[in-house]
Amino acid sequence: MDIVITGLLLGGSYALIAMGLQLQYGVARIMNLANGELLVAGAFGAFWFFTAYRVSPLYSLLVVVPAAFCLNWLIYRYLMLPLVRRAKTSGHLEVDSILATFGLSFVLVGVMLAIFGGDFFNYSFLARPVIVFGDRYALNRIVAFLASALLCGSLYAWLHATRVGLNMRAVSVNPSAAGLVGINVSRLSALAFALGGAVTAAGGSLLSMFLTFDASIGVIFTMKALIIVIMGGVDDIRGAITAAFILGLAETAVAFLIDPGLTLAAAYLLFLLVLLFRPQGLLGRRKT
Amino acid sequence: MRREGLINLVVAALLAGTAVTGAAQAAEVIKIGAVAPKTGPLAGGAAITHWPNIQLWVKQVNDRGGLKLKTGQVKIELIEYDDRTTPGETIKAVERLATQDNADFLIAPYSTGLNLAAAPIYAKYDYPLVTSTSITDKVEELTKRYPGMFFTLGDTTSFTKSVVDIIKKAQDEGKVGKRVAMVNVADAFGIELANAARPIFTKAGLEIAYDRSYPLGTQDLAPVVKAAKAANPDAFVAWSYPPDTFALTEQAKIEGLDTKIFYTAVATAFPGYVGKFGKSAEGVLGAGGINPDTPQMQAYLKAHKEVTGKDADYWASAVVYATLQILEKSIEAVGTKDRKAVTEYIKNNSFDTVIGPVKYKDQNNEAFWTVGQWQNGVFQGVASTGRPGAKPVALKPAW
Repeated sequence: MDIVITGLLLGGSYALIAMGLQLQYGVARIMNLANGELLVAGAFGAFWFFTAYRVSPLYSLLVVVPAAFCLNWLIYRYLMLPLVRRAKTSGHLEVDSILATFGLSFVLVGVMLAIFGGDFFNYSFLARPVIVFGDRYALNRIVAFLASALLCGSLYAWLHATRVGLNMRAVSVNPSAAGLVGINVSRLSALAFALGGAVTAAGGSLLSMFLTFDASIGVIFTMKALIIVIMGGVDDIRGAITAAFILGLAETAVAFLIDPGLTLAAAYLLFLLVLLFRPQGLLGRRKT
Repeated sequence: MRREGLINLVVAALLAGTAVTGAAQAAEVIKIGAVAPKTGPLAGGAAITHWPNIQLWVKQVNDRGGLKLKTGQVKIELIEYDDRTTPGETIKAVERLATQDNADFLIAPYSTGLNLAAAPIYAKYDYPLVTSTSITDKVEELTKRYPGMFFTLGDTTSFTKSVVDIIKKAQDEGKVGKRVAMVNVADAFGIELANAARPIFTKAGLEIAYDRSYPLGTQDLAPVVKAAKAANPDAFVAWSYPPDTFALTEQAKIEGLDTKIFYTAVATAFPGYVGKFGKSAEGVLGAGGINPDTPQMQAYLKAHKEVTGKDADYWASAVVYATLQILEKSIEAVGTKDRKAVTEYIKNNSFDTVIGPVKYKDQNNEAFWTVGQWQNGVFQGVASTGRPGAKPVALKPAW
C-alpha cells in the first residue's frame, strides 16, 4: 500500500512535468526543449509570491497561470509561427523547433539568473505529515497530486467534451486535413502551445512546495518530460498521464523492493522497452 | 561603398586599440581570472559559497587602492567565466585566461572535480592553485604532481572520522545506541565519503543498519527515508548534496525519523537551511562549521552581508575568502606578478586569515573544521582537526 501511494504521489508530480509538453508537442508539433525552464519560471513565481507577500502557492496560481499563458502565446506567435510557416514538412518543423527552443532555454536560464541570482531556492509550505492507511505522507505532495489529478481530468474532459477540444484533437491527428475542414490550425496550435506552457508553469508552482530549485535546473525536468511524452505516445494526453504514473509506480517499487540507487536505471529500462516494442508509445497510434 | 566601410572599420579598430593601450599605460592593473559555475548542477552552491566572496574581496582590495606592488598600487581587473559545471569548459576558460586575457593570477575553480580538471592547466602556466572547495583523500599524490596546488578545506577521511567520533562518543556515554543508518548520493563525492566511512564505523564498533545510495539529482526520497526509519536507527548520516540535503531533512520530519544524531553533509551549513526549517534545524549536524566568535570572522560575516546582500554560509564561504587573503598577502609580499615566486611564498609562510592562521605543510592545510551543528540559529563548529573554539555536541531534540 505504501508503495502504491508513494508511487502515485510521484506519478502525479511526473504528470505535472509532462502534460504541458504533451499538449505542445502533440497538437502544436513543437518539441519544446525550454519546457523545463518554463517549469522553473513557474516555481520562481510561486516562490516570489510566497516569500515576498506570504501568498500561498495555490493562490498565486491565479496569477502565474495566466501570465504563463500569455508568455507562451507570445513565444508561439513571434518565435514559433515563422518556423511553422517556413517548414515544408513536419520533420523540418521538428528540427527547427528543437533548435529554436534549445536556444530559448539558454535565454530563459540567463534571464532567471539575472533576476533571481544563481542560489538554491525553496520554502516550507504544508510540510506536515498526513496519515493515510496507517502510513505518513507529506501534505504538500498530496495537494500537488490532487491538483495534478484535477488538471488531468479537466484537460481530458475539455478535449473530449467541447468543440474546441474536438478541433484540437483533429489538429493533433492530422493538421492538414483539419485545415481542409475549416479548422483554423495556426490559431489552435497557438492555443495548445500557450495552454501547454500554462500547465507546465502550474506544475512548477506546485512542485516548488517540496522541491529545491535553482535557475539552471530546468533541463532535468525537460528530460523527464521528454521520456514521459515519448513513452506515452505523442498524440494522446492519456498516454502521457499513463506513462507518468507507470514511471512513478515503477521507480517507487524499485526503490522500496530493490535499491533506491536503481530508480533511474529502472526508468530508462522501461523507456527502452517501450521504444523497442511499442515505438509509437503506449497509447500512440501506429503511423499509416 | 563596401570598401570604404571596410576602411572605416579598420580605422575604428586601430583607434580603439590605441585607446585601450593608452588607458592601460595610464593606470596599470593586475588581471585576476575566475572560472566557476554560474549555470549547471553546481551553480547553486557556487552562487552561495564562491562568487560572493570574489565580489567582496575585489571590492575591498580596490576600495583601499589596490594591491601593493613594488611599482606602486595596482587595482584588480576581474575577468569572470561561467564553466557551466563542465570540466571541459573549465579547462577551456583557464586556457583562455592564460593565453588570450593574459591574466596575472587565477582564483581556484569551484568543487573538487573542477579543481582536479583544471590543475594541469594551472600547472602548465605556473599559476598557483590555492583550492578552497576541494575535498579529497588524494592530497599527497596531487600536491606531488602539481607543485603549485594547495588544499585548504580538508580531506575525506577526516570528515568521516569526525562524524563517527561524535556518534561513538555519544554511544560510549550511553546516550544513543549503536545502530547507524547511512545513505549517500551516488556520485564521486558521496561514494568516496561512504566508502571512507564504512570501515571507520565498523572499527568503532558501530553497526550500519541501513546503507544505500540514490542517484544524483533525486529529490523524491520518501522510499529512502522510510526504509532508513524501518531499520530503527540511533543515528542518521547522509553524505548528501544541496537539493537532497533539503529533501532528506523535510522527508525525515514528515516520516518522524527522530534520531538524536542527524547528519546531512553539504548545504546544512547554508543560511537557507535554517531559513527553510527554522527551529527544526536546531541540533542538526552537517559538514563544515566555523568559529563565529573571533573578531575577524565577525567582521567578515558583516562585510559579506553588506557588500553582497546575502549571508555567508557557515563553512566553505570563509575558506574561499581565506584563500583570497592568502593570494593577496603573497602577491603583496613578493611585490611583482611573478607567479613562481608567489607560489614559493605561499609554500613557506604562515598567513593570518579569517579562519585563523593557515600554514601549508607540503601544500596542505591540516587544520580545518569537519562537523558543525545548528545551535541557537548559528552553525557552530563542533569538530575540527586543530581549530580552536569547538562547541560541545548537543543531542538533537525531536523535530
